[in-house]
Amino acid sequence: MRKAVTAIVLIALLITLVAMILPLTFGSPLMSDMDDYFIRFGQEQTGNNNECTAVVFDYRGFDTIGESTVLFTAVIGTGLMFRRLFGGEEVEDE
Amino acid sequence: MSKLVRFAADILYPVVLIFGLYIVAHGHITPGGGFQGGAVIATGVALVIVAYSYKEVIGWIGKGGLMAREVIGLMGFIGVALFAFLFGMPFFYNYLAGQGGLFGVPVAFGPNPGELNTGGTVPLMNFAVGIEVWGGLSLVILYLLSGLIEKKDQEEEGS
Repeated sequence: MRKAVTAIVLIALLITLVAMILPLTFGSPLMSDMDDYFIRFGQEQTGNNNECTAVVFDYRGFDTIGESTVLFTAVIGTGLMFRRLFGGEEVEDE
Repeated sequence: MSKLVRFAADILYPVVLIFGLYIVAHGHITPGGGFQGGAVIATGVALVIVAYSYKEVIGWIGKGGLMAREVIGLMGFIGVALFAFLFGMPFFYNYLAGQGGLFGVPVAFGPNPGELNTGGTVPLMNFAVGIEVWGGLSLVILYLLSGLIEKKDQEEEGS
């Protein structure tokens, strides 16, 4: 009984998703002002041929600082978890 | 691991390192960048750790160097961004692009093969982030492996 209900719900969800995706046309977005600006002025303003890097490191650099800080915090958290096994010297004071 | 794996790791480690540095250095021309290149270099470190034993590798690499690399990378990234204040520009302004010099060769509009001496501050930031990811991911691998080995030792002592 539960398996049948689950299967019916999943199939209904799948049909809904397919019905939502099918009318979309890929390659022609509704809003393209930002993309056109980056493609037109990106090379001249940043000197990058790779527009992805131009956006990530120049136009949206503040977001990349956040990414780097997340990585730094992740390493610090991992070190905090494994400090007893890894370091040894600092643990003796506790 | 066996001698074959060690031999293959000896040969592959410099190749992986050079390929990662290539991805970092060409981040403003070809697909790639600091994060991807740093992850490739950390894969090379993981290869050496797998091929040799953990206690040998921790003596060669040194955890202090990896921690310093991580901190220097993050500080360098923020420092390059802060340097724009000296030129009277906002935070993260690309003050080197199109100015001539080492990183400031102007780029023509449209598809072109590209030149290495372009990009302004972006190659510097790529290098800083690449060094940071190199140190950070290698340090995470070393941390996790230290936990694994300690647990194995305890089990062997208990049994």
